[in-house]
Amino acid sequence: MTRKRRRLYLVVALVAVLGIATALVLTAFQDSLVYFYSPSDIAAKHPGVDRRFRLGGLVKPGSVEKDGGTTAFVVTDLKNEVPVRFTGLLPDLFREGQGVVTQGRFDARGQFIAQDVLAKHDEKYMPPEVADALKKSGEWRPEAAGKTGG
Amino acid sequence: MIAEIGHYALVLALGIALVQAVLPLIGAWRGIDPWVKLAAPASIGQAVMLAIAFAALTHAYVVSDFSVYNVFQNSHSTKPLLYKLSGVWGNHEGSMLLWVLILALFGAAVAVFGGNLPDRLKARVLAIQGLIGIGFLLFILLTSNPFARIAPVPADGRGLNPILQDPGLAAHPPFLYLGYVGFSVAFSFAVAALIEGRVDAAWARWVRPWALAAWCCLTVGIALGSYWAYYELGWGGWWFWDPVENASFMPWLAGTALIHSAIVVEKRDALKSWTILLAILAFSLSLLGTFLVRSGVLTSVHAFATDPARGVFILAFLIVVIGGSLALYALRAPTLKAGGLFAPISREGALVLNNLLLATATATVLLGTLYPLLLDALTGEKVTVGGPFFNATFLPLMTPLVMAMVVGPLLAWKRGDLAGALGRLKFVAMLAALVAIVVYWRAGGAVWPALGIALSVWLIVAAPAELYERAGFGRVAFAVAFRRLRGLPRATWGAAIAHLGVGLTVLGIVGSTAWTVESQQVMKPGDVVTVGPVRYRFDGVEEAVGPNYAARRGKFMVTDLAGNEIGLMQPEARRFFAPPMETTEAAIRPSAAGDLYAVLGEADGRGGYLTRLYSKPLIIWIWAGALVMAMGGVMSLSDRRHRVGAPTRARTAAGAAEVKA
Repeated sequence: MTRKRRRLYLVVALVAVLGIATALVLTAFQDSLVYFYSPSDIAAKHPGVDRRFRLGGLVKPGSVEKDGGTTAFVVTDLKNEVPVRFTGLLPDLFREGQGVVTQGRFDARGQFIAQDVLAKHDEKYMPPEVADALKKSGEWRPEAAGKTGG
Repeated sequence: MIAEIGHYALVLALGIALVQAVLPLIGAWRGIDPWVKLAAPASIGQAVMLAIAFAALTHAYVVSDFSVYNVFQNSHSTKPLLYKLSGVWGNHEGSMLLWVLILALFGAAVAVFGGNLPDRLKARVLAIQGLIGIGFLLFILLTSNPFARIAPVPADGRGLNPILQDPGLAAHPPFLYLGYVGFSVAFSFAVAALIEGRVDAAWARWVRPWALAAWCCLTVGIALGSYWAYYELGWGGWWFWDPVENASFMPWLAGTALIHSAIVVEKRDALKSWTILLAILAFSLSLLGTFLVRSGVLTSVHAFATDPARGVFILAFLIVVIGGSLALYALRAPTLKAGGLFAPISREGALVLNNLLLATATATVLLGTLYPLLLDALTGEKVTVGGPFFNATFLPLMTPLVMAMVVGPLLAWKRGDLAGALGRLKFVAMLAALVAIVVYWRAGGAVWPALGIALSVWLIVAAPAELYERAGFGRVAFAVAFRRLRGLPRATWGAAIAHLGVGLTVLGIVGSTAWTVESQQVMKPGDVVTVGPVRYRFDGVEEAVGPNYAARRGKFMVTDLAGNEIGLMQPEARRFFAPPMETTEAAIRPSAAGDLYAVLGEADGRGGYLTRLYSKPLIIWIWAGALVMAMGGVMSLSDRRHRVGAPTRARTAAGAAEVKA
């Protein structure tokens, strides 16, 4: 086999693998990017029923109702609110008045059905997206600023 | 006082690192012999100073000296001693100190064990180590001083996050850092080789043990982190494609490619400039990983804004190290003498395929990890790239890799015989096919699990089959073959064991993914739930007290479907006092066939409790496989060719290089 031909094999293999990888990445990006919205984002542009996304904000005090394994609560950025239902074990740090990020989609009746509830394992933690959302809605209070990061 | 000694030692280490970085480089360039000789003692001195600094910080933690701000922030007087110790590196400042200590220890190890290295190469390698050390020491001293004091002295500390109080997690960062920082040695060798303009088989033999040692530690570190997530987070998941996990996985992938491509440099004098590039990339990804995790940029790009000094320093450092080394590579790599090209069907051809797939997989993981950061920084839009992305890109790239992994070692160098290699594997292939059919039939027509299990059988059986084949069993007398088997190089044994480990990990991943049964419900005392092959009977809860927490402990009696007792499982919901926080402590019964996993949730107010119960078949093999991989690496590391005789350059060529340099 000539030198040129061997090099050609290498280049062909390289192009093939990179091509396949690019195709995989592009198709995967289409289905698996999950956007983050605050309740105000949702009020402004209501995402469709089929789109899975993350909803973040504060758990509205007094809104948590438990019925067996299902929990209903309201996520708020102190301007707009979205009711959420979740079936399953809530994370250890799920509290009224604390930051929360949920992932799921709207059902036909406009209720957000969460598949996951993410509350990070740290008492000082406020999800950065939530802090941002609160800043945007103008409800960010400096005394709460110490709660960011974690 | 002791904290001040630590701080002072840190400053001295910086001074020594400056000497270590600058003088030997100039000495090697200008031929000033005493400056060249300075590298080794300087790197040992730097390591001693950093050991003193680290000991000082450890002392502050052990005696709970809350006048040190770092101790106050991260420790508490009631914490068990093990977690006072692990608290040293459980925070930003301390972990950076551990990082730079390990860096210096690796430098000192090169100085001590690198007796067979040419003086100038050794001086240059140590100087590069010194340069990296300067960067980190400046970062610590300017932005992250662990020895800063506070006044007035607080009565007690804030405590370590309770979910970090765990033996597995105590050992996780040191192993991870040994891996990350170990690649710095390969990086320094690569940069030194670029400066010298010379890469040969001897170079590859010097580099490979360091890369291999780093790879083993990183493997163990990642496995520990994954196992911790599995039993501590209470979700029963073991890998989340979380950016923090990806940060440690990318250097592992690049390092895996590196330890394979270095073999080609050593045996065939080819792939030289690619291997140099991999060494640079593996360490660059380690740096990126460290900083991504430590800067908090992953939780938000705006975390930079909370401490601009750190963010700017980190960015500048990454640009200097990664940009600088890549620029040097672009400048000097073309001067490296290209090795021979080779036939696609050959051992080196298989290793190229390995590198191609691993490098591409690394790139997709990097893209998925950084894309949300870039999008947020550029447009302010927030997205998450989750597991589905990585599963859809990573798995299709890994599947051909693990399939080819079995064939590669059976191909000869230069020109392999694919048909012959496959012929020798026909019994393994038949066994795998048989297993696929049995699994397909037993598991009720599930195609993917059957293929996945067959793939793992293919890997697991092929490893001993390869050794059997090499020893010549069946072709020569048994006693001769047995003697040959024992005489096979340790590196051959190591590779077979590591590949076997991959097979075990695949077995665990496929089994647990395909057949995990999860059941989530409210249970009252006396309730029985069937989960997969077992029944859980809930026997109520009791209160329990730990050293620094109180707990609600659930009791589950587990029986098999015939009613035979398997055992009592007691998951806990713990309430820690400092800092006040609740954690769930899953109860796990591990076994080779599969884990049972129980989590106790909240009371529902009507006498019942939320519970989550699992059966997770074969899952333990995920981590057992990783340990076997690391053992294979250690076995390969003990190969005598890494120590004896071989790493000496041809005399005339070495002379020529010295003149050129």
